[in-house]
Amino acid sequence: MTDNSAQPQHCTEATLVDGHALVFPTLRVLQADGSLYEQAQLPQIDKASALKIYHSCVFTRVLDERMLAAQRQGRISFYMTCTGEEAAVLGAAAALDDADMIMAQYREHAALHYRGFTLEQFMNQMFSNINDLGKGRQMPIHYGSKALHYMTISSPLGTQIPQAAGYAYGQKMRGEDNVTICFFGEGAASEGDFHAGLNMAAVHQAPVIFFCRNNGYAISTPAEEQYAGDGIAPRGVGYGIKTIRVDGNDMLAVLAATQLARQVALEQQCPVLIEAMSYRLGAHSSSDDPSGYRSKEEEQKWREHDPVLRYKLWLQAQGWWSESDDEALYQQYKQEVLAAVKVAEVLPMPELSTLVTDVYDEVPKHLSEQLEQVKTQVQQYPEYYRATAGKEHL
Amino acid sequence: MAKMNLLQAINEALDIAMGNDDTVVVFGEDVGHFGGVFRATAKLQDKFGKDRCFNTPLTEQGIIGFANGMAAQGMRPVAEIQFADYIFPAFDQIVNETAKFRYRSGNEFDVGGLTIRTPYGGGIAGGHYHSQSPEAYFTQTPGLKVVVPRNPEQAKGLLLASIRDNNPVIFFEPKRLYRASVGEVPEGDYEIPLSAAEVVKTGSDITLLGWGAQMELIEAAAKRAENDGISCEIIDLRTLMPWDVDTVAQSVINTGRLLISHEAPLSGGFAGEIAATIQEQCFLYLEAPIARVCGLDTPYPLSLEKEHMANEHKIFEAIKTCVNF
Ligand SMILES: Cc1ncc(C[n+]2csc(CCOP(=O)(O)OP(=O)(O)O)c2C)c(N)n1
Repeated sequence: MTDNSAQPQHCTEATLVDGHALVFPTLRVLQADGSLYEQAQLPQIDKASALKIYHSCVFTRVLDERMLAAQRQGRISFYMTCTGEEAAVLGAAAALDDADMIMAQYREHAALHYRGFTLEQFMNQMFSNINDLGKGRQMPIHYGSKALHYMTISSPLGTQIPQAAGYAYGQKMRGEDNVTICFFGEGAASEGDFHAGLNMAAVHQAPVIFFCRNNGYAISTPAEEQYAGDGIAPRGVGYGIKTIRVDGNDMLAVLAATQLARQVALEQQCPVLIEAMSYRLGAHSSSDDPSGYRSKEEEQKWREHDPVLRYKLWLQAQGWWSESDDEALYQQYKQEVLAAVKVAEVLPMPELSTLVTDVYDEVPKHLSEQLEQVKTQVQQYPEYYRATAGKEHL
Repeated sequence: MAKMNLLQAINEALDIAMGNDDTVVVFGEDVGHFGGVFRATAKLQDKFGKDRCFNTPLTEQGIIGFANGMAAQGMRPVAEIQFADYIFPAFDQIVNETAKFRYRSGNEFDVGGLTIRTPYGGGIAGGHYHSQSPEAYFTQTPGLKVVVPRNPEQAKGLLLASIRDNNPVIFFEPKRLYRASVGEVPEGDYEIPLSAAEVVKTGSDITLLGWGAQMELIEAAAKRAENDGISCEIIDLRTLMPWDVDTVAQSVINTGRLLISHEAPLSGGFAGEIAATIQEQCFLYLEAPIARVCGLDTPYPLSLEKEHMANEHKIFEAIKTCVNF
């Protein structure tokens, strides 16, 4: 149960406590030049995992750049990047056990790559073709994989936050050695579901890590129009949840914070909130144009805090990475991504019958009848239904 | 008259409403400086200031609860929900609060000044979270008016009437047509009365009824039917609740047949309600069962969107079946 044993303090003069009375320290480990801050402690990390993290950084950068270009060429309908937030996402992912459930918002595909989602799987989802695990039903970037413990993305914001509390509570009841991590933006933290989810987790002591990527913007709305207090971290304290704030552009700091959060969540079977301070370097999505609401200078300032570059400098300082390794890895991923686009984009779309499956566990009569009507239509108008025509038997 | 698209018409209506009445306040996610993700509120903050046009935190529940409070106080809030798919976090505030404010207080309090604007509908490769047509949930809630315009001219006149109506109105904007629908729009201030359907075209063999973006598809199907010698009467319902039974019934008495088409799933859709009412009113005049051409009873898909939609071809085939019954 929660420890509510703090002794009450009394006063005889009305005293207002200001929200900012609680000053949140921000954990940082890595300096811009790749060296550690004085007295900073290195999280648990070995060469193999350090390089695995970096591979996912580069993969994500390449994927984001190429797929944004593919969207502009009209090859996919929509895209969202993780650019600028790779450390927040990967530092967290690398601190987890592979079987810890990840409930993401939509900008966390770097974590999915780290878990082992293949390039083909990414492509099949984005091209919503016949091999997409989600059967082509959702917009690009709404990935999910049961095998990799990555809950399929849902577009409505914040809905995963109370779900994560419940999922983690289930893990606790079953005596599992795992936690759940739930990612969301500072914008989504305004939704009612955020408050409901944190309170449920706190009262019922669920082993869940709430991970807020505070990237400064929710589409065009800057953080100062999103909340009046000192960010999201103090809310965790308000709900009785252990909370830590971290530099979200510092891979090692995020790793350290999440390792601690996981240890506490697991050992004490309780929720932990992490707020990672970062910046969304790209547009909100391929449908957005940030020049309408923020300056190039502001973006440039944040480019100087590039989390991937900072981390690379640290790897180089360890003697684990070189510029030529870097060049080669970028080249390799660029070629692989281009090749994978070409394969995925010509695969057929999901079978016509998937129109009515998975609505219920079995297809009810009224839906099989509706499918038959659609098949008749397709036969009547094969030109209009070009992608499905000729496959009505499926 | 000026030519403009549906978004510009909405922007103009908001501009006029705010200019004429200080109590009109416009807000929602990204609505302020940026002018909304579709730019329906562009320039309003520059013109009317941050107090009357602003960004809200990202909480639909908060937006509508806040709007209810403002409206109860006598203001005319125009709250934007960024996509109709995201109206559900505000469902409790709308269905239990907005709709029942007047009734439960014996008219001591009301939120009649409230208008909720939201883009709805599919055909934009948006999958199930950017394509829904949730109007039927709200037509089943007594106390709410539900309005859906089909083009820029209609949008401007209906939105002005909605904002000034003394009842809460949910105004569904067909986002597929935001930029695609361009037309002549009368200058200045004008209103199109709520709860009046419009006979868009007269005809004698069958009445085709719809609203919003569906009207385009109905009109296209009707053109093809006319080529086959079938004379179609076309009606835009415009306000779904309270709806104009008389205009529809009169038309069905003349044509003897009715086809209703909407984007939302068939089961529990508003077409069912219309069919039941018209069957009661026009039973002896009907020469064929009332036809419904609607979305499938599944969530809105991405890759099989064409197959799912109540499109022009499905409407055309249903017209022929109805006429040849
Ligand atoms: C309930 C709901 N309302 C609105 C939206 C539309 N929308 C999608 S992303 C977004 C902004 C999210 O901002 P934030 O949570 O800060 O995450 P970020 O995109 O910055 O990573 C909005 C308003 C949505 N998806 N769901």
